[in-house]
Amino acid sequence: MTVDLERTISVTVNGVPREATVPVRRLLSDALRHELGLTGTHVGCEHGVCGSCTVLVEGVPVRSCLMLAVQVDGQSVTTVEGLSRSNHQGGQVLHPVQESFRECHALQCGFCTPGLLTTIAAGLDARRAAGRDTVEITAEEVDELVGGNLCRCTGYANIKKACRHAAETMRAETMRAAAAR
Amino acid sequence: MTTKLFGEPVRRREDARLIIGQGRYLDDIGADAHAAAFLRSPYAHARVVDIDVTGALDVEGLLAIYTYADLTGPLAEPLPVLIPHPQLTHPRTGYPLAKDVVQHVGEAVVMVVATDRYVAEDAAALIEVTYEELPVVVGVDAARAALHAVHEDVPDNVAARHHQETGDVAVALAASAHTLSFTQYVERSAAMPMEGKGVHARWDADDKALRVYTSTQASTSVRAAIAAKLQLSLEKVEVIAPDVGGGFGVKIVHPWPEELLVPMAAIALGHEVKWTEDRREHFISSAHERQQRQEITVGYDDGGRVTALDVHIWHDNGAYTPYGIIIPIVTATQLVGPYAVPVYRVQVDSVFTNTVIVTPYRGAGRPQGCFAMERTMDRIAQERGIDRAEVRSRNLIQVDQFPYDQHLTFQDGRPVIYDSGDYVGLMDKLKALIDWDSVVERRADAEARGRLLGIGMAMYVEGTGPGPYEGGHVQVLGSGKVLVSTGLTSQGQGHETVFAQLVASELGVPMEDVEVTTGDTRRFGYAVGTFASRAAVMSGNAVALAARGVREKALRIAADVLEAEPADLVIEDGLVQVKGVPGTSIPLRTVAVLSNPLRYAFDEAAKQATQFAGPGDNSKPPVAVGDAPGLEHTDYYSPIRSTFASGAHAVVVEIDPATWEIDVVQYAVVHDCGNVVNPMIVEGQVHGGVAQGVGGALYERMAYDADGQLQNASFMDFLMPYASEVPPVVIDHQETASPLNPLGLKGAGEAGVIPGSAAIASAIEDAVGRRIAAMPISPTELYDLVRSSAADRVTNTDPTLPTLNTGAMA
Repeated sequence: MTVDLERTISVTVNGVPREATVPVRRLLSDALRHELGLTGTHVGCEHGVCGSCTVLVEGVPVRSCLMLAVQVDGQSVTTVEGLSRSNHQGGQVLHPVQESFRECHALQCGFCTPGLLTTIAAGLDARRAAGRDTVEITAEEVDELVGGNLCRCTGYANIKKACRHAAETMRAETMRAAAAR
Repeated sequence: MTTKLFGEPVRRREDARLIIGQGRYLDDIGADAHAAAFLRSPYAHARVVDIDVTGALDVEGLLAIYTYADLTGPLAEPLPVLIPHPQLTHPRTGYPLAKDVVQHVGEAVVMVVATDRYVAEDAAALIEVTYEELPVVVGVDAARAALHAVHEDVPDNVAARHHQETGDVAVALAASAHTLSFTQYVERSAAMPMEGKGVHARWDADDKALRVYTSTQASTSVRAAIAAKLQLSLEKVEVIAPDVGGGFGVKIVHPWPEELLVPMAAIALGHEVKWTEDRREHFISSAHERQQRQEITVGYDDGGRVTALDVHIWHDNGAYTPYGIIIPIVTATQLVGPYAVPVYRVQVDSVFTNTVIVTPYRGAGRPQGCFAMERTMDRIAQERGIDRAEVRSRNLIQVDQFPYDQHLTFQDGRPVIYDSGDYVGLMDKLKALIDWDSVVERRADAEARGRLLGIGMAMYVEGTGPGPYEGGHVQVLGSGKVLVSTGLTSQGQGHETVFAQLVASELGVPMEDVEVTTGDTRRFGYAVGTFASRAAVMSGNAVALAARGVREKALRIAADVLEAEPADLVIEDGLVQVKGVPGTSIPLRTVAVLSNPLRYAFDEAAKQATQFAGPGDNSKPPVAVGDAPGLEHTDYYSPIRSTFASGAHAVVVEIDPATWEIDVVQYAVVHDCGNVVNPMIVEGQVHGGVAQGVGGALYERMAYDADGQLQNASFMDFLMPYASEVPPVVIDHQETASPLNPLGLKGAGEAGVIPGSAAIASAIEDAVGRRIAAMPISPTELYDLVRSSAADRVTNTDPTLPTLNTGAMA
């Protein structure tokens, strides 16, 4: 039996530089949950299908059960705990998609929710970055954003609704900001 | 804000923590716990000859290895038969760890505990178990044929023969103008919650007390089972269901082997131990449901009215029967649905197979019963040349027939008496919602687009809210906070919100002041569990009754202070006041302080309750005889029998005759669960149920091979619907209050899933003109069916069928 090799990695997690010493075989999902205590990332299948464990690596959705922790050395990772943003008063405000999930009853047991939130938030943020957030979101865009995650409770209707609601909130924000300028 | 919240779509309070990643699911607990992993049988039926652990002993971090030989006392006995029944003549259960024989792939054989799950799995992989393979029985037909026995001492594989009849069916069939006989099948699926099972145990060696967290639907009963099996006194065991990531029935079974073995190891090692089920383990060692062979004979008159129904069902119960014959009973009794069936006989043979155990999955036998009855209605309609909706209408129980006695005995041992309903109303609403009569035009439109369109419907009646009871405790604190607890657990249904709505409404306090705890035996020790769409009915009524008790006591105390009659007082927004006399009031929180006469003041509020605070009545004791200190009340709701919800679904499918892909393009639901506490949550339950119904009809099946190996034990291969597979659902509500409980509620949790397979089969059959006698159905199976010369041709009269170009494009 060979002894596990360990490696110390430096990762910016939710904006905070963190160091962790992990066995090289440790999955990113397990490292986030058990080494860093960020249990908001959930493991539903461990084979990359359900999407519950989705986190953002350098802003891009990744199934953290299909990645080793050592692979994110030197990169930034955002989990559901890091989706909220600082407001100008220095407090934390939820990402619009988080608010929308609550408003639209887009979660029941909540287990798949973190993966959907990170995926949709990344998609909506990318729309904004590309300057497309002033355009109403299309049904195809919504299908794309929610189409890769499994949810056993909701039947997805309210998840789609929340996705549209969040896009609309962001559109209104951008329009207001533009009007104010 | 208003305190009357009953019926409002109040946003969920659970969500605040769940959307920021602060939920607390099983694997989120016990960061320092040791980890357990299980070595499970790779064979479906085999004798365990030898277990050699030597190879594992040198693994660094290994802490303990347990086999059957390490189990002592009650732990070494078979797991309990949770629901015994006189007709369950051959109950069989496994051992926490396999003793001599394994009966399905996935049965636990060895438990390994190590410092970390990775290490535990390393060690488990080094343990050598020698098996001697035995003949394998897979599938209900093989069990029925009984060429081999699953359990040596049950040669016909029959665990139970459940039988009910309401008259002489042979005579009634002989007297019927017409009869039809046919056989049909339903496949296995599974609850498949996104969070698997899991157990965390902590032993306090000083207190000699055990705390167990488990992802369960029945924490009080898990507690009792652990106490019994580990020979601990009940008060030394606490069991808590934390946030649970979905259940859908699979977590009502208990005690799972792991729920006993993990605490056992925690006590032995004097350290926290945790086991978190992985997805493959869930597929091969948790429960499945649904496989049945249904042999049906129906008699009816010229007008399509049923005169007699004779049903013989073969039900695959898997390797063991821990949950008794609940599913057979539910299928048998719920099969008749919303219809008046003059004479009915049913026999369900529950048979063993070398597969994972079969216990309730959302619907729990009802989808199969609905499939049997609704497909029967379609056949009668086709044979008589009558519209399928019309045949159903002619057989419906009418509004003036309630309460309607089906003369059957339900899963709670009580009579099946439909308490209330309006099935004609359901049908009218459904036809309008799906635009049933416009199908001819829609079919032509689809045909013009090169697609085959079909429409189908199914109705159901669902016995919900069975007893024996649930309880609720409501307590008002001196801070004004209202604590509510009930022993029943939550798996995402929004109980914290709904129960808070009910208590806020009953008590007249702001909902923000109400805190709800569920499934924690430290807070409420008496409970049954969350299953059979019973939470709102049972715990909802119990907490409402408890709140009424608190209200009565509050008014009595406040009446003394305000020198008024209790009948003249109201509580609004947490303030007790004299009706029509503004300003004459006392906050409920002060009433709470006064309800507990004190000697010692620990804060400003408490001073009001001390002995020198004001003039007292020296002729009476501070706490009256029969009274108790504190503004709190515990109450229970125990129903005389179940209440019966109902509904009707209709679907439109479009089929591509090149690929035979089946698209559900329209899905309509009419739903009646009595009075609705929170319509947003009820709609969410319906949406989720429909998605599972569509999955069960078109995608999900357990693909066992002849050796009992589950070939699709992953989310790659077992196809649960993604968003792309779930159609848009339109819902219409009907509210027929239950006369059986104070709030007029019926259950809502399972309904959405029940008619899915029946309605979709009906629609596919309508589209392709071929009999659909087995569900689920894949495009490949549909292609084969359409091309088969042996396939039964079907014509519905309601829509005109298109000419079917069978397979020419394939």
